[in-house]
Amino acid sequence: MKIFVCVKQVPDTSGKVAVDENGILIRSSMPTIINPDDMNAMEAALQLKDETGCKVIAVTMGPAPAEGMLRELIAMGADEGILISAREFGGSDTFATSQIIAAAINHIGLEKDDMIFCGRQAIDGDTAQVGPQIAEKLNLPQVTYAAEIKKEGNEVTVKRMLEDGYMTIKMQTPCLVTCIKELNAPRYMSVPGIFECYSKPLTILDFDALKDEPLIELDTIGLKGSPTNIFKSFTPPQKGVGVMLEGADKATAADLADRLLKKHVI
Amino acid sequence: MDFVMDREHQLLRKMYREFAENEVKPIAAEIDEEERFPEETIKKMAKLGMMGLYFPKEYGGAGADILAYAMAVEEMAKVCTTTSVALSAHVSLCTAPIFENGTEEQKKKYLPKLCSGEWLGAFGLTEPGAGTDAQGQQTIAVLDESGENYILNGSKIFITNAGYADVFIVIAVTGTIINKRGRKEKEISAFIVERTDPGFSVGKHEKKMGIRGSSTCELIFEDCIIPKDRMLGKKGKGFQLAMKTLDGGRIGIAAQAVGIAEGAIDETVKYTKERMQFGKRISQFQNTQFQLADMQARTQAAQYLVYAAACKKQNHEPYSMDAAMAKLFAAETASDVTRRCLQLFGGYGYTREYPIERMMRDAKITEIYEGTSEVQRMVISSHMGVK
Repeated sequence: MKIFVCVKQVPDTSGKVAVDENGILIRSSMPTIINPDDMNAMEAALQLKDETGCKVIAVTMGPAPAEGMLRELIAMGADEGILISAREFGGSDTFATSQIIAAAINHIGLEKDDMIFCGRQAIDGDTAQVGPQIAEKLNLPQVTYAAEIKKEGNEVTVKRMLEDGYMTIKMQTPCLVTCIKELNAPRYMSVPGIFECYSKPLTILDFDALKDEPLIELDTIGLKGSPTNIFKSFTPPQKGVGVMLEGADKATAADLADRLLKKHVI
Repeated sequence: MDFVMDREHQLLRKMYREFAENEVKPIAAEIDEEERFPEETIKKMAKLGMMGLYFPKEYGGAGADILAYAMAVEEMAKVCTTTSVALSAHVSLCTAPIFENGTEEQKKKYLPKLCSGEWLGAFGLTEPGAGTDAQGQQTIAVLDESGENYILNGSKIFITNAGYADVFIVIAVTGTIINKRGRKEKEISAFIVERTDPGFSVGKHEKKMGIRGSSTCELIFEDCIIPKDRMLGKKGKGFQLAMKTLDGGRIGIAAQAVGIAEGAIDETVKYTKERMQFGKRISQFQNTQFQLADMQARTQAAQYLVYAAACKKQNHEPYSMDAAMAKLFAAETASDVTRRCLQLFGGYGYTREYPIERMMRDAKITEIYEGTSEVQRMVISSHMGVK
């Protein structure tokens, strides 16, 4: 049994977000972190590894420095890392990215018992599309927003967290699950893990390695294969401060109701 | 000469910082206020391999090195001195002497449990009448009639981790010998004492100025019986074992002092960039800038001394003088830096609303324990041949 964990290196948006005059994120000027939801996906995989001894493979697509992130995930407990990196893959939107990651997973080989874990969404684009698209491209069942994952044999039971409650879904492996922060608290890298992480396998899959995969067509990858076009990106104006009504009497309640009625809230 | 840290140690630093920020810092003020030993943090550190940092994997250690250990103590001390001293005493003063002097049986029995954090370690040398004058030991160990057990009587004071430790390295007098000059002197040996040994008990908890969460207690031996195979190292070599152990321990305490100074500088930089006086941020005043620049330079110098001592120990080079210089300089830096940082905080710094007063209280002990600054000067000058 293998678990592929798809991860992304993202700019740390808790600091200052830098964009150029075209509204494109200036990634080089911002420190990078491992996408937070992806850390939950990794922790979920490592917990299953603790229970079953399965293999955990961290997969990412990005420039060469993304290797550092994969080493950190290996130091946490992943067995190996796959870095998908090539000029031909640059500029991919979610459609093209999922196409390439799906091809890479296919290339390594997805067996009956395997699973793919992704974070719900990345904090840079916030699309939540790559995970579900990988599942579609590999014709796998998928469950998103996992707050609990249980695996027995080839059956996976996932508790999805929705806005108004939970939904429990069973599916067969191979399958894909996207994970949310409520799922777990990601572990730290360990000292022995850190001292071993540079001697564990890390494979770089470039265009040549993947070009014969059926999903890889020049018009479905990279900038050219990306149907998404960004026309404009901007910082939304800040909302004004709210109005605080003070008092616990009927008049205040009536005032509140009146204001909400006027705004068609009630 | 290469001052670039390798990638493993850079990653370690990152992990230590995240751990310290998320798990240690949030309870630092609370454990100080309540004088509570952070047992939960010890368990968390153990999970990451930090309680057996530089010991080989065959004994359950993490297989890292002394630099990795010094950095761990430094990063914990940045946010909580109490946590860092629990780690330092466990690793340097208990686990290290067993690893360096123990028989194979002793190593196999104690190291896996100490490295995994299942057992916590402590070290008992200081006595009411034997502080800097460590040879003034009064605790005695006598072989019983069967010749199978040692009977220990006496007491130790100011023992770090005592209230929670399972294993203690205890220094005791095993007889008298005639030295080279023909004079009688005490024969001193080292022993491994377990918490459950009959006749052993832990006495009162000291109320301290700083490191208030650290469990500092008295050890009491009242006809304490331990099997003779618990002697650590050779009979009569206990004093040398203790001094060698303290040489290594000083790297930990020096790293702790560096961490305290770094933590104080971090807090002060943050504060001075927020605090407004005379219509300006106080970081805009040259006094603030020069003070912080001086502190940073001294702290960085102290860090280099500590790392140099750690690397020398790792490479099996003589490091006793380096460790003493590192501890002397780092400890005095920590005290000086925290005092000056508190001054920059002004009145707010004197309150418990900010961590700087705690850091100043904590810093002082680094000039005292595991050899006072005066002892470090004695060690350094004797290495210099100044007699």
